[in-house]
Order: sequence, then C-alpha cells, then structure tokens
Amino acid sequence: MEYEPVIGLEVHAQLLTKTKIFCGCSTRFGAEPNSHTCPVCLGMPGVLPVLNKKVVEYAIKMALATNCTINSSNVWARKNYFYPDLPKGYQISQYDQPLAEHGYISLELGGSTKRIGITRIHMEEDAGKLIHDEINPVSYVDYNRTGVPLIEIVSEPDMRSPEEGAEYLRRLHEILVYLEICDGNMEEGSFRCDANVSLRPKGEDIFGTRTELKNMNSFRNVQRALEYEIKRQQYVLDNGDAVVQETRLWNDSQGMTHSMRGKEEAHDYRYFPDPDLVPVVISGDWIEEIRGSLPELPLEKRERFIKKYGIPPYDAGVLTASRALADFFETVAIKSGRPKLASNWVMGDLLGHLNEDKLLMEECPIRAQALSDMIGLIENGTISGKIAKDVFEEMWRSAKDPKEIIEEKGLVQITDSSALEAVIDQVLKHNSSQLEDYRKGKDKLFGFFVGQVMKATKGKANPKIVNEILQKKLSK
Amino acid sequence: MEPYELTIHELHEKLRSGELTSLDITASVFERIEAVEEEVHSYITLLKEDALESARKSDIEIRRGNMSQLTGIPIAVKDLLCTRGIKTTCGSHILEDFIPPYDATVIKKLKNAGAIFTGKTNMDEFAMGSSTETSYFGITKNPWDPERIPGGSSGGSAAAVAADECIASLGTDTGGSIRQPAALCGVVGLKPTYGRVSRFGLVAFASSLDQIGPMTKDVQDCAIMMNVIAGYDSNESTSVPAEVPDYESFLKRGIEGWTVGIPKEYFIEGMDPEVSSAVEKVIAFIEALGAKSCHISLPHTRYGVAAYYIVAPAEASSNLARYDGVKYGFRAAGSSNLMDMYKKSRSQGFGAEVKRRIMIGTYALSSGYYDAYYKKASQIRSLMKKDFDDAFKVCDVILTPTTPTPAFKIGEKTDDPLQMYLSDVFTLPANLAGIPGISIPCGYSEGGLPIGLQLLAGYFKEEKLLQAASAFEKQINLEKRRPLLHGI
Repeated sequence: MEYEPVIGLEVHAQLLTKTKIFCGCSTRFGAEPNSHTCPVCLGMPGVLPVLNKKVVEYAIKMALATNCTINSSNVWARKNYFYPDLPKGYQISQYDQPLAEHGYISLELGGSTKRIGITRIHMEEDAGKLIHDEINPVSYVDYNRTGVPLIEIVSEPDMRSPEEGAEYLRRLHEILVYLEICDGNMEEGSFRCDANVSLRPKGEDIFGTRTELKNMNSFRNVQRALEYEIKRQQYVLDNGDAVVQETRLWNDSQGMTHSMRGKEEAHDYRYFPDPDLVPVVISGDWIEEIRGSLPELPLEKRERFIKKYGIPPYDAGVLTASRALADFFETVAIKSGRPKLASNWVMGDLLGHLNEDKLLMEECPIRAQALSDMIGLIENGTISGKIAKDVFEEMWRSAKDPKEIIEEKGLVQITDSSALEAVIDQVLKHNSSQLEDYRKGKDKLFGFFVGQVMKATKGKANPKIVNEILQKKLSK
Repeated sequence: MEPYELTIHELHEKLRSGELTSLDITASVFERIEAVEEEVHSYITLLKEDALESARKSDIEIRRGNMSQLTGIPIAVKDLLCTRGIKTTCGSHILEDFIPPYDATVIKKLKNAGAIFTGKTNMDEFAMGSSTETSYFGITKNPWDPERIPGGSSGGSAAAVAADECIASLGTDTGGSIRQPAALCGVVGLKPTYGRVSRFGLVAFASSLDQIGPMTKDVQDCAIMMNVIAGYDSNESTSVPAEVPDYESFLKRGIEGWTVGIPKEYFIEGMDPEVSSAVEKVIAFIEALGAKSCHISLPHTRYGVAAYYIVAPAEASSNLARYDGVKYGFRAAGSSNLMDMYKKSRSQGFGAEVKRRIMIGTYALSSGYYDAYYKKASQIRSLMKKDFDDAFKVCDVILTPTTPTPAFKIGEKTDDPLQMYLSDVFTLPANLAGIPGISIPCGYSEGGLPIGLQLLAGYFKEEKLLQAASAFEKQINLEKRRPLLHGI
C-alpha cells in the first residue's frame, strides 16, 4: 500500500540572554562544571524564582516572527518528574496557557509555497547535564545549564516528507538566528529537535499511530531519522502489524532508531500552575514596541533582493542565509552599483574562502567597502577580471585595500595603445612561423597571440585593446 | 521579675535606660532555657555561644546609640526558615544536616534590626501537622500541661514564647500553624496577608498558602515584629509592593464605631463549651468598646478543610520532590541504581505524615484527576475569597474562636488524621483566601489551658487587625498567669 508520512516537529531553542531565566547566573556555555550556579538554580530549600523579563521579550519576538497570537496573560506551570539533572524535581514550563499559539511559517518548496502551522510557543527552563564516568560506574551532574531559558516551538503535523521536515527546521533556525535570540548551535544543544511521525494510507484523513524521535543533533540527522522511521513503520504496517506508540532514540552511528520507552512508561507530569510565579501579563503596547524592533526576516529579505537587485532566487537564497552575509552583500551591491557582480563575488570567492578557512561572516577579513572598491576598479578598467582574482587573494591575506595592492604590485591594467602595439609587434616578430601559419588560414592561432601578449605583460594588458590591435595587425 | 519574663517593649526601655544590657537579657533567657528546655523541648538547635557573642556586639551598638526596637532582643526562629551557616532541618530526617548558604529575607531583616537568635525551634516535619508530634526531633510539650501538645506546626515557637525560652519568635502559617499553637500556648500569633512578608528562605510546604509571622507575648510586641519583617522583596514574585504602615501607631486607637462580624459557620456543634463561653464573653465586650457586632455568614467555610487538603498536599508533593538524595540532605546507603536511591532515600528520609501528604498530593494532580480535585479546590478558594470580600463590605474585622478545643493530649489524634486535620478548621480559611489573621489569648479552661480568640481582616489590613487585637487585649485584661515548669 502507498503511505503518506505525517510529521510534526518540536524544537527547543536556547535564548541568548546573558543571565538565566529565574536567577542572575550566567548562561555562558563551556564554563567549569557547576561554576554558573546559585541557590536558586540549584533548587535549594526555600529559594524562589524571579522571571528574567528579557526571556519574555525574546520569546515574543519569535512569536511575532512566526505569526502567532500572543496570549496577553500566560501562566507558568510545573512539570513534575524525577531526574538528577532537574534539581527541583520539576521543570518550570508553560502548559495550558502558553505564551503564544496559532502561528505559521512559509516554506518555499520546488517553486511553490507551503505554510506549516505553529501550534504553540512556550517558555521554560533548561535542565542540567549528566556526565558519566567512562571507567567507573559513577555519574556527575553539571548544573550550569539548569535555568538557561528555552522556548519550545511545536509545529502542527503539517509536513509530509523528511525533506519538508528538514526545510522547516532550516527556516525556523534561520529566523531564530536572524532575530539574534538564539545562536542556533546544534552541537552545543542551543537548537534541539524532537520529531513526531506517523503513516497513513494515501488519501486517508485520520492520523496513524505516531512515534516520537529524539536525539538528533543536526538537520541531516533529523532527515535521516525520519527517513529511517518512515521505512520502519512502513515495514511494520506492510507485515500487517501495528505501529506502537512510543518514544524512540536515534542512533547516529547505526543509522537506526531504538525504542526508549512505551506509552505505558510515559511520565505523568502532573502539571499545575506554579504558585511561586504570577501570570505573565503582556500589554499591547509592549507587543507593538517589540514588533517595531524586529529586523527584516529572511523570507522578506529574499523577496526584496530578487526584486530590488534583480538577482536570481537561488542567489537570493544563498545571500540571505545569515543576516551578516545579507548585510555584507547589500552594502557591496549598493556601493558598487553592480548587484549581479557583487552577488558573484560574494557567493563565489568570498563564501569559498570563508568555508575553506572555516570563518564566520563576522570574522571576514575583507570589508564590504573594500570589495565594492575592487568591483569599481574592474568596472573602470583599472584591473581586469583576471587580475581581480589575484587582488582578491591579496585582500583576503593582508586585509589591505585593493588600490593599495594594485599600486604596490603594479597590477594596473595597460590600456595605452602605443605601449601595447610595441609589445604586440615584439610578439609577432618572435613568432614568425605561427604568424605564417595564421596567414595561411589557421584562425585558431589568434588566441595564441593574445596569450603571448598577456604573458609578456604579466596579465596586465587590457584584453579588449589587445584584441583590437591584433585584429588590425593580422588582417593586414 | 527576671528579664526573660518581659516583653520586647519592656526590655527595649530597660536597654535604652541602661538598666539592662543585652548580655543580661540573653544570659537570662539561656538560664531559663537550661532550666525548662528538658521539660518543654521547644528547640531543635540552640545557639548559645553565637547569641552571647551577638549580645555583646549589640551592647556596643546600644552604647553608641544605634538602636532599633529589636536591638539586643533574643528571638527564636522556626526551623523552617533558612539561616546561613546554621542547620535548618525542617523537623525532618531528610534535612537533618542541611546547612543553608543563605539567610531567609526575614532573617536578614531581623539581623539588620539587631535581634539576637536563641535557636531554631521544633516543628511538625515540613510544617505538616497541628501538634508538633511529627517532628523527627521529638515532641514539644505544651508548657501549660506537659501531657498535652503545644499545637503545630509552629509548636516549638509557641512553646518557647509561652515558657519564656525566648522573648518572641517567628513561626510560619500554612493552615493555622501560627495561630493554632499560639492559641493553645496562650501567646499572640499573627499570620500576615499572603504577599506581605517575604517567603524567600522559607522552606516551602504549600507555596500559595505559606506565610511567616510573629509569635509574641502581647499585641504590641507583635506590631513591633511586624514593623521589621513586613514589606516587599524583589526576590519573591508573589511579594506585594504595598506600603507598610507603622503598625505600632495603630495600637491605642480603639475600635469605636467599628463593626465586628461574627460568622455563624465558626460556632459549630461539637465545639468545646469552654471555648465557646470564653469567646462569647469577648463578644459581650464589643459594645463596651464602642463597636457593634454583626452576624455574618461565610457560606463556603464548610468546604475549607476539603479544599485545603487538596491544595496543600498537591503543592507539597511538588515542593518536596527536590529532596531526592542527589544534591544535599539525606541519601540512603546501599542503593544499586538511581531509582533505588530515590526510593530508599525518600522512604527513609520522610516521616509518615509527610509521605501521606505527598501521596494525597500526587494523586490529586494525576492526569485525569486534576480537574476533579486541584481545579475544583482552586475554585472553592475563589468562592471563599468572595465570602470574605462580601463580609468586609459590612464589617471591619471578623471575630471567631481560633480552635474548636484547647490543647489536646499527646497521642490523642495521631492515629486519626482526619480529627487532627479538623483542629485547623477555623484557621484554614484565612490561608485559602490569603487574608491576615491573629490569635490572642482570651481565657483559660477550668483545667488551666489557654483559649485563643481569632480576628480576621481584609487584604493588607494588618493594622486594623492589630488595632482591634490591642483593643480586645486591653478589654479582656486577662489575668497574668505563667505556666508552672519545674516548679518555677
């Protein structure tokens, strides 16, 4: 039978606040274990939480960017379960009255647009981390992460393929990073994803039994896990068996999912409103203030780039992958007045070098002004496109201005016709046999002469002028 | 009279005049403790050396003229309040050796006011009880009759004041834990409005009900203590930034022209006749004070015990989850895995009453039961609030007995949790609604046991409560008796 996968994703994103959600401890990653803790985040007897307002502001940003309705009063709830990384024995989260609901984001899929619904966005605190001794049967707990603010973004079961799932994640990730509320680092766990997946016969409306997948720490692994799980469920169904509702862990090295716990072992979290915290009341004024501070989002930016700069959708997609890259491109495009050239240089040489040296856009040694100057120098004929490649290399290495490099290295293009004529005369003189062959009708040798001239001028000759002079001389 | 027999305001005058030093007073209190503590057992931890040292420092400050009303006054603190560097056990095996690295906000305030800490007082384990019998550290005796309980859960704090083992104390009140033992021990005890006194550093039993309050020898001392501990705390989200008046300034104003509400639901069948008659006598004084009484109804009172025993255990089941043997406190030995460690540590670390309430609370919050229990109980709380709102439209304060009976015998109700729970029937509603309440002594039974009178007022109207309490205290003019201890 032909099945249709139904996929919904739950994303946990760590917010980039300086301090934790309910105390003043630092949120910095990678510190000495338990150095960023205090009685409040350690859940010692008698302590009380006080909400970090920045967390709400950041969460509202995401809610607005994903077209959600923000609840003017939303409520903190305790999610009760025992685990050593959870010092209070409950996680402060939100339950039946979350921050925001009923949103969506748009995906561009093969030329068409698809909306993926956002069920809800809520705020909560992160748990700590267990560290297991590799030799002795001992485990340690690092509470530095305890109380780092998270938002959980729950999608509707609107995705129909692993590709759609991965695309949704990329777009969500992009928005979070654009908003500068999450660093999006999947390896460090700043952006985590769980997936719900089920199959149903094509054309059917009712959902099949779903499994929940955990432990996927990259976009690729989310896609792989979904692909595996869809195949697994199909196999189960094709054999006439039923899919069991359960939580399954993705094993990256084996490329498989394994059952972690069944429905019966599922926790009863005994949610109830946290009596230590008052409801979060959000005024319309505050929402509008935050709305006014939102940056242009990736999708809007892509559409604007296509329209305003006349670049292809593909280029616009690449150039808007991050805010820093888009800003860089836009500066070069405006200053040089040549958006397409700017796009070529940024997408080609610049991104190539960044990737090769594993640098972030923010660490790029070439400033936007310098690159647009270089494009200007090509445009006004000071250097050729070919020389420009060398100039670019030097700019990357030394971070110097292109003009400086050109002067230092004497790379200015030779456009003086009489000077070039002299060089050409020399070339023809030294290659008399080729000249003879050419005159006999071997037209292909024209390129050979151009090459010789370029060689003699170390590439500095203006190719257009060389062509003109050569044409003239050879046709004599 | 010995210094330990005096009140805060009397001692303050003597400190100011130089008649007594803080060291005199503190030494006198510890002499008293050494004489009667064995019989009463008010304390879990005594801090004699620290106290004497602080007293010496206080005397220096007093000589320099730096003096608040609490400077140099020995005060006892319930062992549910975190004290930096000093064991805070909550009356439980599971926190037997727990030393907090921080002070509760009220402790900081008392320290800043120059108070001397005599020690940490005994209590029902995690404040769950009405008799101080559930403490891991032994039973506190009622100073008026060592065969009887002092009430609870702040039984140690009440007994310490009654037995003159401190000048005043702090208790906590979740369902009557200040007022009920105050009544049974013949002292004054005030539960402030929820949000009036910071809960930061108060080890949570039921977070939406808990409040810290003073237990004192008279109403004036209660006002002095409130002046120090009340006020907004940015460390607590449910703290209310309402202005704190000078409570002491309201004491001598009388209540002429006031209306005192008498709720019919608080005069029930099965109430001890001696309690009824003591309270009736006070009601008869109302006119003499230039006020009038008015019969009112608080119709949802009868749901109070049921609602309380859902909300409080539910919150407790979550609040006490942190005692898991992982980070601090008791961890059972010989566990084979994590689940085993949790089970053993919690089974051995908690006493029977605490476990009973964790079970009740866990059940009430379980999936499928939440709406029927916790949500319903929350709705009852709203109705009870409305009862009080309506009542305070027609009266200034409400007058009731604090407890249905005087102190009962040790062991009398330990096998019958429901009977034990009913001893808080008159005090629970104030916690469920969040309003303030005070208990003051209003008489003695024939057997010489103290009887308490409860006054209730509207939100953040502690000054009215103290004003009325002060007026009744004066009018009742109770014969000064002291419990006989060791024949002293």
